[in-house]
Amino acid sequence: MNALDMVIFNLMGALTAMVPLVLTSVGAAVSERAGVVNIGYEGILLMSAFFGAIFAEMGGNAWIGMLGGAFIGMLFGMLHGAITVYLKGDHIIPGIGINLLALGVVAFGITAVWGTAGQHQVAIKMAKWYTPYGPVSPMIFITILITLVTHWVLFKTPLGLRIRSVGENPEAADALGINVEKYRFWATVYGSLLAGLGGAYLSVDWLGTVTKDISSGRGFIALANMVFSGWNPINALFGGFLFGFFDNLSIWVRTNPSVQNIVPWQFVATLPYIVTIVIVAGVIGKVRPPKADGKPYKRE
Amino acid sequence: MNGKNFLKPFMESIIAVTIGVLVGAIVLAFSGYSPLEAYKALLDGALGSKYGIALTLSSATPIMLTGLTFAISARTGIFNIGAEGTVYFGAIAAIAFTAAFANPLMGLLGGILFGAAWSLPAAFLKVYRGVHEVISTIMLNWIAFFGALYIVLGPLANPNDPNKTISVPESARLGLILKETDLSWGFVIAVIAALLSYYLLWHTVLGYGMRASGYNERASKYGGINPKLAIIWSFVIGGIMSGLAGAVEVMGRPPSYAISQGMANIHGYGFDGIGVSLVGRNHPLGIILSGIFFGMLKAGATSMQIEAGVPLEMVKVVQGIIVVAVAVPGLWDLVKNLFGRGRQ
Repeated sequence: MNALDMVIFNLMGALTAMVPLVLTSVGAAVSERAGVVNIGYEGILLMSAFFGAIFAEMGGNAWIGMLGGAFIGMLFGMLHGAITVYLKGDHIIPGIGINLLALGVVAFGITAVWGTAGQHQVAIKMAKWYTPYGPVSPMIFITILITLVTHWVLFKTPLGLRIRSVGENPEAADALGINVEKYRFWATVYGSLLAGLGGAYLSVDWLGTVTKDISSGRGFIALANMVFSGWNPINALFGGFLFGFFDNLSIWVRTNPSVQNIVPWQFVATLPYIVTIVIVAGVIGKVRPPKADGKPYKRE
Repeated sequence: MNGKNFLKPFMESIIAVTIGVLVGAIVLAFSGYSPLEAYKALLDGALGSKYGIALTLSSATPIMLTGLTFAISARTGIFNIGAEGTVYFGAIAAIAFTAAFANPLMGLLGGILFGAAWSLPAAFLKVYRGVHEVISTIMLNWIAFFGALYIVLGPLANPNDPNKTISVPESARLGLILKETDLSWGFVIAVIAALLSYYLLWHTVLGYGMRASGYNERASKYGGINPKLAIIWSFVIGGIMSGLAGAVEVMGRPPSYAISQGMANIHGYGFDGIGVSLVGRNHPLGIILSGIFFGMLKAGATSMQIEAGVPLEMVKVVQGIIVVAVAVPGLWDLVKNLFGRGRQ
């Protein structure tokens, strides 16, 4: 493989790796634009990867798996929305709970469903285009489409204006007759639904396997990408490509014997996490979160 | 602390635990297991014998300490979920320090120093760059995981056994409280750490400053408290607790007194600690109780797997449901209204 091929190969890999990050970041951006913080995306990715694989194998079709993953994401979005929006609970703790729950459900579920410990090869595969530089999944285009549509709705339609208003100034939105709770709740559900789609993509499409740590921090990297992109879906697409590049690179380098001899693979594996910290530390102060982000709204 | 203030959070935790056990039973039934058999085997394994009770208390030891990490930060208004990675380095430090000095105090010191040191990056990122601690601590957990894996497989690898690191030398191990059980003096260290944390938070100037800045950062500033310093201290003291958790685990847990390959025997304590802290209402004394409860779940998990055939990860499902239930605000009032007692 010559140098140019190698570059193209890794850029294609970045497109593949960006899908779950972009979907989650775009979903998180909508949720936080409406004022609801959710740190449970890590758990949602993990559980949707698990249940998505079950749906795919039961339905005999990869797309059923994708929809099943989105459905699971939606359910947990409703749970988070009910606690934070309607019961006015803390925004961080339910997310921690969902993440802990996912660790148990998936580790338990893999053994209970397939009888194997910690890992299962998914029997159903997503149909892809095969190129000399690796496979291209239709989910890449769907992700781009979802990002563009979400961006358009968020910034160019009355619906988007209402979503942003309940996260920016819920008192004013309420005074104008906007149902703050309704918009916050469904924005939260939408965010988790996209994360669910990204989770199913991990198992049914990209990696083709379910493991008990398949999300590997991607839910949090996606949140970092959301901050990096200034809560803006199109920026999150480019940011997701950047984060995806390092995610893919660490996997690629780890399996590349010529590099393995120079740098221990464990050090290469830390790359996506170090990059995330450096990038977030670099952009803070240059971006501004929605004003009422993470603040429960109670009518006076 | 008067009786009324104590009752409500206590009842809410009890309700959350009940919900966790009940929903867990539904999950068990749906997965084709008998919930009664499973829970009976669990209780039997955890409380049915002297060995079981000792195992419960020794399982409670590290998660009480990591629970303190979360609680101390939560009282300062910070969500420090970096205990997981800190435990790894605490364990590594204990092995390295005892290999050099063969003295238990040096092992504990190693855990304390490494724990404090590994807590600093997230503290500085928070205070000086405003990076949200949830993101930074999770990223640092992963960095710690791979870094520790490198050390476990490399510098500390056991030349005679590829499945684990070198062991803590016998003279540096923590003694057992009960012979032929897993219960070492590490449990006492964890309880003392909880009592000291309580004293720190409610009976010292530093603790007052930490709680004040957690309650209202701006107001505490007017009161002459430096919230940045309070946050750094909460990270450092929290780091010491989970560093100790790792050290105590390898120095006090028979039979291997080492870190196993892939770090399986020190994995997950940081996340368990979050649940312990939340169910213990982020209060050091509550953490002693909830730590023992979660220790019971962990201790009983193995016998549940052997006797009822239920995968031992089931207890993590119950744990997760409990934490989600704890996140529901006003649980006690909800239940009271449900049973019609709240009408008067």
